[in-house]
Amino acid sequence: MNGPVQLTGPLNDTVQYYPNPSVQQPPRETKVPSFMLWIAIRMLTGDKQKFYGLLFGIAFSTLLITQQLTIFVNLIERGASGVYNAPEVEVWVMDPVSRTTEVKYEMPSTALDEVRSVQGVEWAVPHLRATAAVRTRTGDLEGVTIVGVDDATLIGLPKRFVEGSRSILSNPDTVVIDDVGVTNMFEADQDPVGQRLELNDQRAVIRGVADAIPSFTSQVTLYTKYSQALNYVPGSRNRLSFVLAGISEGENAASVADRIESQTGLKAETREEFAQAGVDFIIQNTGIPTNFGITVVLGFVVGVAIVGLTFSLFIRDNIKQFGALKAIGVTNGKIVRMVGAQAVLVGSIGYALGVVATVLFIWGFSGVPTFKGFYIPWEIPLVSLIAVVVILSITGYLGLRSVLKTEPASVFR
Amino acid sequence: MSNTQTKDASGTKGTPMDTSAIGGCDPASAICARGIVRDFQAGQSTIRVLHGIDADIRSGEMTYVVGESGSGKTTLISIMCGILWPTEGEVKVFGTDIYALSDTELVNFRLENIGFIFQQYNLIPSIDAAANAAVPLIAQGMDIEPAREKAKKLLDKLNIGDQAEKLPSQLSGGQQQRVAIARALVHEPRLVVCDEPTAALDANSGRRVMDLLREVAVAEDRACIIVTHDNRIFDLADRILVLEDGRITHDGTDMPDGH
Repeated sequence: MNGPVQLTGPLNDTVQYYPNPSVQQPPRETKVPSFMLWIAIRMLTGDKQKFYGLLFGIAFSTLLITQQLTIFVNLIERGASGVYNAPEVEVWVMDPVSRTTEVKYEMPSTALDEVRSVQGVEWAVPHLRATAAVRTRTGDLEGVTIVGVDDATLIGLPKRFVEGSRSILSNPDTVVIDDVGVTNMFEADQDPVGQRLELNDQRAVIRGVADAIPSFTSQVTLYTKYSQALNYVPGSRNRLSFVLAGISEGENAASVADRIESQTGLKAETREEFAQAGVDFIIQNTGIPTNFGITVVLGFVVGVAIVGLTFSLFIRDNIKQFGALKAIGVTNGKIVRMVGAQAVLVGSIGYALGVVATVLFIWGFSGVPTFKGFYIPWEIPLVSLIAVVVILSITGYLGLRSVLKTEPASVFR
Repeated sequence: MSNTQTKDASGTKGTPMDTSAIGGCDPASAICARGIVRDFQAGQSTIRVLHGIDADIRSGEMTYVVGESGSGKTTLISIMCGILWPTEGEVKVFGTDIYALSDTELVNFRLENIGFIFQQYNLIPSIDAAANAAVPLIAQGMDIEPAREKAKKLLDKLNIGDQAEKLPSQLSGGQQQRVAIARALVHEPRLVVCDEPTAALDANSGRRVMDLLREVAVAEDRACIIVTHDNRIFDLADRILVLEDGRITHDGTDMPDGH
């Protein structure tokens, strides 16, 4: 018989048989059948309990890793808040033992003239940073940071104000408070503008609120003119904390900093170097990296545990179906791709949920001073994506191992 | 005339084999197995489950492989259909030495030529009956809709066309078995292998399923092997191979006396 035989009986209009092996059968599709992936997805989503369990595991891990890393990065970046609040400064000059805007050693006032005499320095202004205790009208005592900015140029004062403007510093006894300081020192219904303070027995009047990046400790910061700050901060002969410098056109900040160091014997760092020094100081001198690191690792471990357990249960429940597919004629390669498709689906949705939850968290808490100005650097979602890929690779591999080891013959047992 | 014999076959009620075929294969055989030995490791010891079996399965027949539990019948058909490697021996299915194929070639050979009906059906619980029946076509690369349409037509012929959109959990045992039959036949295989197809069914349902199988799975160009120990359906066989302790002890159209 040379052609297909029509089966007599109920199937004769649908099924054709090829009685002779030599008869050429129609060519079969040999590419990877994408609809097998559809079956894989349906297998996964059909078991809602495990599907949601997997999503939860991935989303929770992503949330934990992304959120904790975001808080960590933003917190340690506050070690450089003093630098970020004075964006026009290109070179910070200080005593050689000074390390950050908070850990510094005062210089004689002559340092200002020395810096101004260096070639390539366009301008240089004095900058004072000191701590003091302030007493409010209600009698509360609060530790504050006094920042004295150049009287003439106001360089070192934050650019943006929540209330008032930069020009109000020309008024006598004026201080400007940072917005996070307002929440620390005053009740929500209290207007800080016009409030009088006692600063080392000196009168100070708050006349404006600056929109500033809070310091690492979120301590209240009061900005005033350099000459006024000298009154507020009793101390030794040397009270100049930093000289802030700008560079001439065509000059390079790093070269000018080198030149300042060689000519004055002072320490000079570019804006970027000094900001990094503030961040490094926090990393080296606090337990924050360890604590956040532990939480991030825990997020990873929890992810592996939840996803691994749920995925292995899913595989175990479907092992007969996978065995049947192998017996029918689905290759191990296709099985790997099926499990891969399941992992990609769970990973994509779970990861997206985790990142969205982090964004909602940061957005939801953006009004809280602790989280002011927090943002999610693009590197962090990338790190959590890599973590999710690793989690799914580990759990997928463990699940796949049992599927691949399953003999097709096991379906007959 | 039967083309089957074990190396130490005892005299039975069955027809004697065509001795001219010993050592070679009848080209008309759907399956030709020669010298099949299968050992399993159990700890330190090796257990021989099949003892050098020679067997030929012909197209157009419904061949039963029967025997007690542990007699080796499941192992034998697993080897015959290319899902379990023999320790020794050779199996030709429609002239192809299947264990000489590469792994991928063997898997593709099964996909093209063999349909399976499992005792526990092993349907995928989260896709409907039509999609389950269409799985072999989908695995071959056919798009889902034409595959489902073809599967639906087959389900119609099996009198469960109206259940095509239902999930396996919404079907009775007999209906699930029909879906499994449709899955085994939808890609028009030349060999259909059934493992205890009636084990989970009552007597009436079991006979109905076997009648149905005979109707759709037995054809001039198609071989059908059924592993069973369900004596309620022995009378529906064209040929019965009896396995005892890894040896074929009977090959005939009826069960031997005493069974």
